[in-house]
Parts: sequence; structure tokens; C-alpha cells
Amino acid sequence: MKLVAVCDGGEMLAVDRVSVSLSGRQILQEVDFKLGPGEFCGLIGANGSGKTTLLRTILGLQRPSAGSVRIDGHTGLRSVGYVPQKTLFDPYVPVRARDLVALGLDGHRLGLPLPSRSRRRLVDEMLKAVDAEGFADQRIGNLSGGEQQRILIAHALIRRPRLLLLDEPLANLDIRGVAEVVGVLRRLSKEHKIAVLLSAHDMNPLLSAMDRIVYLANGRAASGRTDEVVRTEVLSKLYGYHIDVVRVHGRVLVIAAGAADDIHAAVEHHPAHVAQIP
Amino acid sequence: MDSLLTAIFEPGFFTSEPVHTAMIIGGGAALVSGVVGVFTVMRGQSFAGHAVADVTSAGGSASFLLGINPLLGFLGMAVVAAGGMELVGIRRIRERDLVTGIVLGAGLGLTALFLYLDVTMGSTTGAANTVMFGSMFAIPAETIPLALIVGLGALVMVAVLYRPLLLSSVDPDLAEARGLPLRLIGFLHMLMLALAASLSAMTIGAILSTALLIGPAATALRVARRPGSAIVIAVLIGLSATWGGILLAYDSYYWTPGHGWPVSFFVVTLVFLSYVTTSRLGGDRQRRGATLPRVRHSTTGKA
Repeated sequence: MKLVAVCDGGEMLAVDRVSVSLSGRQILQEVDFKLGPGEFCGLIGANGSGKTTLLRTILGLQRPSAGSVRIDGHTGLRSVGYVPQKTLFDPYVPVRARDLVALGLDGHRLGLPLPSRSRRRLVDEMLKAVDAEGFADQRIGNLSGGEQQRILIAHALIRRPRLLLLDEPLANLDIRGVAEVVGVLRRLSKEHKIAVLLSAHDMNPLLSAMDRIVYLANGRAASGRTDEVVRTEVLSKLYGYHIDVVRVHGRVLVIAAGAADDIHAAVEHHPAHVAQIP
Repeated sequence: MDSLLTAIFEPGFFTSEPVHTAMIIGGGAALVSGVVGVFTVMRGQSFAGHAVADVTSAGGSASFLLGINPLLGFLGMAVVAAGGMELVGIRRIRERDLVTGIVLGAGLGLTALFLYLDVTMGSTTGAANTVMFGSMFAIPAETIPLALIVGLGALVMVAVLYRPLLLSSVDPDLAEARGLPLRLIGFLHMLMLALAASLSAMTIGAILSTALLIGPAATALRVARRPGSAIVIAVLIGLSATWGGILLAYDSYYWTPGHGWPVSFFVVTLVFLSYVTTSRLGGDRQRRGATLPRVRHSTTGKA
């Protein structure tokens, strides 16, 4: 089912025939793909398809039953930024946006945090990188969903990892929040050559930003460049339902007409869906 | 002016040794409970805190039978309860509440037994009241050194673990991704909780010690924006309630001649009042959050 195995410009992440079983049940089967520096990759699949398990395996929190994960050429290295799946922070958490970003820098250290100029400068830089200067001193739970996600991204990136994993960061966002988060991620990945792997159940908000897609279904993965995967025969096969990809005037339209009970959630939510790639 | 002062501080307040002891041990209990309570409330473990506090009553009542310092009894049982709750393998959040409830039930069963034995064998009829609701003016001065060690132990633990404890309390997933040992941190938090609970059980009683642990912290979380200031506010509320309670209880001997009112009643009432007062302030603070639409975005629609 693998579509493409080529990877240009070196590899930041190599997932090599990884299989994972949780309490006797096979969750992932021979998942195999690579990510290069600065590549923005969507990890697409329905709820329960194993997206979180795959991210936790890459992060080293879950041991694969077979296969291996290499990050920047090494196995077992943990210089990875991670944004876990999250609903929203409680409004009564007495932590400002800037405090959460600072915890990304030294939250694992023992002892009381002493005020330091270099620490503050790093935090300020990171807040600026995610356009969060305007609400840096607000409580994290008072921010909108998109603002909270941007702070979590700053928390994950402050130690300058070259690989960033995000688990369903768009799930609870409104349209504006989605645009903010995708925009910030796309810019940071290009500017700092950070490989981004972002899981989502709906590929549509990501179509314009993704370089690559890894599609998960029934524990198996298909991957490829976005323009290779977003094609009539490929998408129809992946979704198990007829989907038209139409190119008109330099734009790509993904159209799934009609609805069936067993098709993918993304199609269910948009019975006559139109998405565009500029 | 003089008469006003004597109206607030009735004669003998500053020279009484029981008052001194109560101020020191009560103050220490308020300090430690405020610091630890902020993390307990942030972690959503108020019920565990309440349960540990209640179960200390078994230790307190046993101490009367064994003839040891009640603080040792409270402390021993608090550590056993905290360890018992944390060491049972817990996979889901719901399970934690179940285990907590079961340990709480078992602990209070022991309390029932020990208090019964206290009364029938030791003829210490006041034990039940002292263990459950505290009697600060009856704390012997010899308890002070042990109380200081317990309190200092808890504060040192918080200081050393501050950042990992804070990160795991704000979001366990972020802490786990950072490679922090969540179970160990959870266990150490319960241990701090045990130290704090035993101190407050000593002052305002096992049943009421939750009030000192949860009340000031819950109030502080409503008004503070930073973790450090939340801790300071919780400690200040706890201290004012405890010392204010001691003062009011002392004065109450002059209001109703022949008998005073229990200190614990005043302390708990002051904690409760502080929460009710600030919950109104806190509500206003929440409403002016960042969820208001910003002009930059709202004007992008069609004119």
C-alpha cells in the first residue's frame, strides 16, 4: 500500500517498518515513512486509527514490537518537540502563557527557578516566534483555543528541536484558530528547517500547507507527497469511497458527493466537500 | 486607642504559653498546607487530600492508646494512607477516586475502633473531639520541634521538586513528553500532602484539616496569575485565618464567660469567608479574558 519511499534533502525522521501491539491488539503494522528537514507532514486518519500511538512511538513513550524509529540519524534520541492532544486548559490554572513557555525550557530541572536574563530572552523570542507577545502575561486558561495551541507550540520548540510532533492540534479550534496555528507552523518549519508531523482526522485545513501526507487506516500507512496522494484513484482507494480530485485553473478541488455510513469522518462532515490547493 | 486594642487583644493573649504554641504550630500548618495545597488543587486531587486528612484520624486516635505524641500518630497514618492510594496500580483517573474512597473507608473504620478503645480503655473522653476537630490551645509545647521538622521537610520537598511538580500539575502529558517520571512525582506529591495534612490535623483536627489545605489554595487559584503568587496568597490566607481564629477563640472566653468557642470553628469560618469573597472578584477577572474578539480579526469580513 506504500506509495512513495523517496525522500529528498536528508532525513529528519525515519519510521522503519514499525509495528506496535497494545495489550495483544495490533495497532500499527509495518508503518514506514521518512521526513526531511523543513517538511510539513500531515498524519491523517480516523479516530482510533493509531495516530496517537504512532506519535508516542516516535517520541519513545511506546516501544514498537518490530521496526525502529530514527531521529536525525539516531535511535533513542529525544530531542523532539511534542504538543499532546489537549482539550483546553482550566481557567483556574495560575500559569501565564509565558510561564508555560518557560517550563518548556527547564520544567524538568530540580530546584526553584531563579530569574535570569537569558532565560527571559529565550522565552520572549519564542513568544514572538508564535505571535504571542500580545497575550504573554495572560493566564493560559483565559486564551482562545488557537492561542493556547500557539503557546504549546512555543513550549515544545523552545529547546530548538528539529522535529515537532503535534497530536490533533486543530481538533477543538474554530476556523480562525485553525488558520492561525497552521500559518505559524508552516512559517516556523520553513524558517528554521523544522520537520513537522501533525495528526488530524480531516486533511482539508492542511491541504494548502502540507508537503507530505501519511495516511493511516487499519493500522497500515500510506505516504507520499501531497500532490501524489491527492488524486482521484489514490484518495478513492484510501477512503474506500469514490472521491473526485479535479484540477481547474491551477487549483485542486477534492469532491466527495453523497454520503455512506462507513466512509471516513472527514467525508462524513462534508458530504459535498470542496477543498482547494493553490 | 488603648481600649480598642484591649477590645481586640483581650488581656493575657501575648503572654499565654498555649497561645504561643498554637500560633507557632498553627502558623506552620497554614504555611505548609498553603504551599502544598496549591499543587493539590491544581492536580485535581482535592478528594485525595480530603481522604488523607480524614484517615489521619486513625493515627491520632491510636496515639492516645499508645501514649505517643499525637503528631507522630497523625503523620504515620497520613503516610500510610498516601502511600496506599498511590501504590495501588492506577490506570485511569476514575480509578483514582475509587481507590481513594476505599482507603478512606478503611481508615475511618480504624478510627472508629481506636476511638472506641480510647473511651473504654483509656477513659480519655475528650479524644474524639481532639482528634476530629482539634484543640489548638491544648497542644503541648514539646510538639514544636517535631512540627518544625515535618513542616521543613515538606517545604524542602516542594522547593526541590518545584518545576517538575508544577509542569506535571499543569499538564501530565507535557511532563511525560519531557521524560519526567509521573508516578514518582505523584507519589512524592502525596507524601508532601501527608506531611501537610498531619500538621493541620494536629491544629484544627483531622476532619477539618481539609479546609486549611484546600480552601486557601482554591481561593488563591481564583485570583493569582502566576504560580509563585498563588502560593504566597494561599499561605497568607491560611495564616490570617489560623492566627485570626486563635485570636477570636481566645477573645471568646471573654464574650461568653465560663467557656470559649473552639478555635477550629473560627479558622474554618474565616477560610470559608475568604473563598466566598474572592469567588466574586475571581468571576469578574475571568470575564475580561482574551476570548474577546480582537479588532484586527473581526474587520476582515465583508464591509
